[in-house]
Amino acid sequence: MNPEMVISVRNFRKTYDSLVAVDDLNFDVKRGEIFGLLGPNGAGKTSTLESLEGLRKPDGGSLNILGVDPARQSERLRNLIGVQLQSSGLPAMMTVEEAMQFFCAYHGVSPRFDLIERLGLIDKRRDQFNLLSAGQQRRLALALAIAHRPQVIFLDEPTAGLDVPSRIELHTLMAEIRSDGTTIVLATHDMAEAEKMADRVAILLRGRIAAEGTPAQLTAAGGGLTKISVLSEANRLHADGIAFPAVAQWLVKDEYAVFFSSNPGQTVSAILAYLEANTDPLVDLRVERPSLEERFLEITQAQR
Amino acid sequence: MTAFFHHLAYDFRTGLRDKTQMLMFYLFPLFFYAMMGLLMGKVNPGFLTTMIPAMIVFAGMSSTLLALPGPVVSARENGVYRSFRINGVPALNIVLIPMLGTMLHMTVTAAIIALTAGPLFGAALPLAGRELAGVGVYLATAFCLASLGMLIGVISSSSRATVLYGQVLYLPSIMLSGMMIPLDMLPEGLIPVSLLFPATNSMEAFRGAAMGLPTMIDPLVAVLALLASGLIALGLSVYLFDWDSRPTGKARPKYLAALALLPFVVAMVIYLV
Repeated sequence: MNPEMVISVRNFRKTYDSLVAVDDLNFDVKRGEIFGLLGPNGAGKTSTLESLEGLRKPDGGSLNILGVDPARQSERLRNLIGVQLQSSGLPAMMTVEEAMQFFCAYHGVSPRFDLIERLGLIDKRRDQFNLLSAGQQRRLALALAIAHRPQVIFLDEPTAGLDVPSRIELHTLMAEIRSDGTTIVLATHDMAEAEKMADRVAILLRGRIAAEGTPAQLTAAGGGLTKISVLSEANRLHADGIAFPAVAQWLVKDEYAVFFSSNPGQTVSAILAYLEANTDPLVDLRVERPSLEERFLEITQAQR
Repeated sequence: MTAFFHHLAYDFRTGLRDKTQMLMFYLFPLFFYAMMGLLMGKVNPGFLTTMIPAMIVFAGMSSTLLALPGPVVSARENGVYRSFRINGVPALNIVLIPMLGTMLHMTVTAAIIALTAGPLFGAALPLAGRELAGVGVYLATAFCLASLGMLIGVISSSSRATVLYGQVLYLPSIMLSGMMIPLDMLPEGLIPVSLLFPATNSMEAFRGAAMGLPTMIDPLVAVLALLASGLIALGLSVYLFDWDSRPTGKARPKYLAALALLPFVVAMVIYLV
């Protein structure tokens, strides 16, 4: 395996009786990368993650994390990976402090109370897990997943149920962890999160990869139109009969002229030239690419 | 402190935090003990000769057969064991530590009963010089009951199933083990059946080894049956343990759990021949 590759999935297959959950799946994850695993419910994300975490055995193909086979070498895997499960996974009566001591003791490291403070749980350190809010439970789960400084972290819906400040704090922490060279596999339904955080994403559908690449590559590969919103002083763009290149449709909304273009560079140049020629100073210009969410919907609907 | 002792300390504290466990470890058996001491001592003075072992066995059954299995099932259902597995907690610790924690709580209750039953209710104490034999029988009983409680938790698919399996051993034991009614007062045909229950073997071992009373079976046979059953139940608990409510591997036959009662069948056969 290439030393820069920390996860390698080859021809992976997972079945449950007659149901094929994952079939012939292939992907690699590089060191220090945030890799997003996206897909609708039942696409095979959980089966893939659980097999990589050593919780389930593959029915075919091979999995490799840092040279370790998760199905056969689970003992070696434990200190290499950190996992934040989607469900709580902690005893209801365990306090925040006890949880940190407990899991760090099993990993053979000193408790990381700094993480409890960092994730805003210091005032809750003596509270039992079942008395924490959903967001606090998720933050604790994340603290426990990274406390033993694993080389690969699996995060399953890490920001579900979190308020905006907690999401921002968690995204900052993820970026910091990545900058230390730690690899993160992020399974999420939140396309905005994947687009913001992931270096590369794979979209799983019916147990296979339907699309893979950087968020920018995926959105660029779609048939979506770029939205260009323009506000000028004299509103000359609101007049009918003006044609700009590559524009499929246009409308006026909240004083802005909004154009949907298949070639935003060409369209923006033409608009700016038009405004200058008509002595109508530009007040605001916004260009919005098709989002990953739109591309995701496009892919999933096309495959149905 | 090692991970094992962190885990054991946490498990012991849970027994004090969890109201259901607190009830079954302490409040219910000690309340029952007080009631029995106040009422049975007057209604049936013969009860006082075996009150200490009877109440210790009763408390042990409440702690193990009723209180221990439920949290095992809910931990499995809530993904706690998945989390433990990912973080390197061995299956043996998951099986052994709740057993040890329960035995510690059970020992506190047993000590309260053993130290207060004489002064408070005039219950008979073990014969002089046989106290250690009593402690030995207690340890064999605690180990056997805790292993059986864990096995019930491991094989049960739901909390309702734990109650059902627990009661299969618990309720008949109260009537047939010699705790409430002496074995020699049971219909003759029921005596061999009563020997199929761990509580009967424990009571017989206490009567013979610690109290110097006549028994239906050799106390040594009863102690060996308790130890063998405990070992089989412990081994089966590890073998049948699953990390997840959705089986992670090939499903193992749960009916094997019945093997844990095999030593008591042997004790019954020895009694019959």
